[in-house]
Amino acid sequence: MAATTCYNFKKTTVVPSAKDFVDIILSKTQRKTPTVVHKHYQIGRIRQFYMRKVKFTQQNCHDRLSQILNDFPKLDEVHPFYADLMNILYDKNHYKLALGQLNTAMHLIDNVAKDYVRLLKYGDSLYRCKQLKKAALGRMCTILKRQNQSLQYLEQVRQHLARLPTIDPNTRTILICGFPNVGKSSFINKITRADVEVQPYAFTTKSLFVGHMDYKYLRWQVVDTPGILDHSLEQRNAIEMQAIAALAHLRAAVLYIMDISGQCGHSIEEQIGLFRSLQPLFSKKPILIALNKIDIIGVTDLSDDVKTQLQSLTTEGIDLLPMSTVTEEGLFDVKKEACERLLAQRIEVKLKSRRVNDIINRVHVATPVQRDDKDRPVFIPDSVKEKKAIDDSISKKKLMRDYEEELGDDYILDLKREYDLKNEDEKYDIVPEIYEGKNIADFIDPEIMEKLESLEREEELREAAGIYDDEIDEDDDEYTEIKKKADLIRSKKKLLALKNREKKSRNKPTMPRRKIQATRSRLDKFQNMDEMESMDTSTEANAVSRKRQSLSKEIMQRKRKASRSVTRSQSRPRDESAFANPSQKARARILTKKSQKKIRFGALKGESDRAIPDLKPKHLYSGKRKQGKTSRR
Amino acid sequence: MRLVKCYFCSSTIYPGHGIQFVRNDNKVFKFCRAKCHKAFKKHRNPRKVRWTKAFRKSAGKELAIDSTFEFERNRNIPVKYNRELWNKSLEAIKRVQEIKMKRQHQYVKNRLKANTAALKEADYEEVKQNIHILEEPKVKKEAKIKRATQVIQEIDMDTD
Repeated sequence: MAATTCYNFKKTTVVPSAKDFVDIILSKTQRKTPTVVHKHYQIGRIRQFYMRKVKFTQQNCHDRLSQILNDFPKLDEVHPFYADLMNILYDKNHYKLALGQLNTAMHLIDNVAKDYVRLLKYGDSLYRCKQLKKAALGRMCTILKRQNQSLQYLEQVRQHLARLPTIDPNTRTILICGFPNVGKSSFINKITRADVEVQPYAFTTKSLFVGHMDYKYLRWQVVDTPGILDHSLEQRNAIEMQAIAALAHLRAAVLYIMDISGQCGHSIEEQIGLFRSLQPLFSKKPILIALNKIDIIGVTDLSDDVKTQLQSLTTEGIDLLPMSTVTEEGLFDVKKEACERLLAQRIEVKLKSRRVNDIINRVHVATPVQRDDKDRPVFIPDSVKEKKAIDDSISKKKLMRDYEEELGDDYILDLKREYDLKNEDEKYDIVPEIYEGKNIADFIDPEIMEKLESLEREEELREAAGIYDDEIDEDDDEYTEIKKKADLIRSKKKLLALKNREKKSRNKPTMPRRKIQATRSRLDKFQNMDEMESMDTSTEANAVSRKRQSLSKEIMQRKRKASRSVTRSQSRPRDESAFANPSQKARARILTKKSQKKIRFGALKGESDRAIPDLKPKHLYSGKRKQGKTSRR
Repeated sequence: MRLVKCYFCSSTIYPGHGIQFVRNDNKVFKFCRAKCHKAFKKHRNPRKVRWTKAFRKSAGKELAIDSTFEFERNRNIPVKYNRELWNKSLEAIKRVQEIKMKRQHQYVKNRLKANTAALKEADYEEVKQNIHILEEPKVKKEAKIKRATQVIQEIDMDTD
């Protein structure tokens, strides 16, 4: 990796667990290779089929594993700051071991595949070939399964890496360090847009944080480190070690923050002690000490003892700057000072490099010098001045705003006040707008009365001309009589037409007389006839009446049978028991069918979700097209 | 607040009523009710639909050209409010309306007059042809009477 690379580990692909890994590989083989093979195929074709599967699986495993190996940063190649940070966070040995194991697994899989492909060349039947393929894939999967631990570890590392702040080790950086709880995070929150959690207890910040700020139109990176305690390097925990790593490897201006109030729980001596023990890490870096929390205790209020200690630091050439993150006092001086120092140092370093000379030769900086000491004030012509004086002297019209200021709370917005009308007292009239279904505005015309007068005159002329005179009807009595009759005839004709229409409107086929079922009234008629016949003593009983008699009897019998009451012992089916006679039953059956019609059609539809209620909806397939689209007419 | 006319049937639309359609060329169409709106959507021409004012005017069913129409129009000349003028205008509206109605009635009357002769003729014809609906034909009636008298005479003879 080049030195200028921006370190961003967010794009590392997800590392699946061993189980998922196997699933991915096998399903891909299943999806991307042919699946149909028959034993009557030529043996070469069968071998080819299975070899392809084995090779494909191996290639897949290889690709996936090598991608993981490539994606993860190699500790020897990344910037030493990141190498150190990763060592602290994830343990270098563990990390290297995990990647190494994946590497060996990859090679093992390659070898397995190679072996089985060789064996497959000698497979003599479909069954053999299949077994060989099965064995090959099985072994590959076993190898993968054994890597479960490393895969899980790497996934965790990946997730953590993705959340690390992107710190560019080479840009302008300000590094904030100090004891826990001295105000490092408050400082970064104040000078950048970062939102680091600030709490009144030690080790609130547990990892590195980055904020960005602008100074002199340049982008500055501000790194907030966890607090450091004053003990030997071996005793430091992982949290502190992150700060140490940043201090050791970043080319930055170091801002050592001290709490002069001692609220952090460490005295000033202790803080100076820590500064001294960290000093080897500050070599070749611009260093600045910020005395924080001066809102609690001023620098001048410190005890003499402390003052002398601080004095000793200044004699070494280290600047002490007072500031307060609460009141923001001195905050920006500290920022400015730190930035200036770092800029100066970076320029110094750059000037030492060889490339600078080439550029300097080409650069010319112009520095304009003042020409003379002559005073050249602004010039305003006298005429303009006079005009302005006149304008100022004229009293201006009182504006609504002036009224508002004058009246204060009593002011009410009154838009009608400024109306310019002929009569002042009409300002607040309620102007009618509508009258008898007309807009009054449409009739407003200054000359309306003149026009109305001319209309009246016109009207008078019309009346004089007899336009409105009713012509006396010379309708004689004869005609009125005729008219009355004609009207009567017409209404009667209408009635007749209606009647005829009614007669015609029978919309049923006519049943032949023979088929008409016997009704009670008809039967009664027959019975009467029978009686008459029996009473008739004459012997000439005709055949027709006989026939009728037998028919009527039959019908009566049938009818009686159906409607006869039943004794209790005779149990009838439920669906019959409710009906008095068969016709009722039949009618009920028809009604049931009718009511179930919808349900029956519903059942035919099937149970799929995507039921299409109507495959060819009428409205889409009929009619002319005029408006609308083809799809929806 | 203004009263507007329906685009289709030319009836008056009071504030808060009707629906309006703004075409993409900025022309605004106002409709008094769904009936008119639907007719518009069907591309009906108001002059050809019999129930609209436009039809009645263009077909000569109603008074269309008259000096009374000159009073009500959108003049586009701003006039400052003046109580006297407004009061006069209210009076004028009433009077103009009265005259307009009078002329309208007269117009319709004149229009219908042309048809009276034809109607009269039709009435005569109707009575002539269909009088049997009202009363029995004379011949039948006479025959009936004749028979009745005969029967009565016979009965009389029998009793005698």
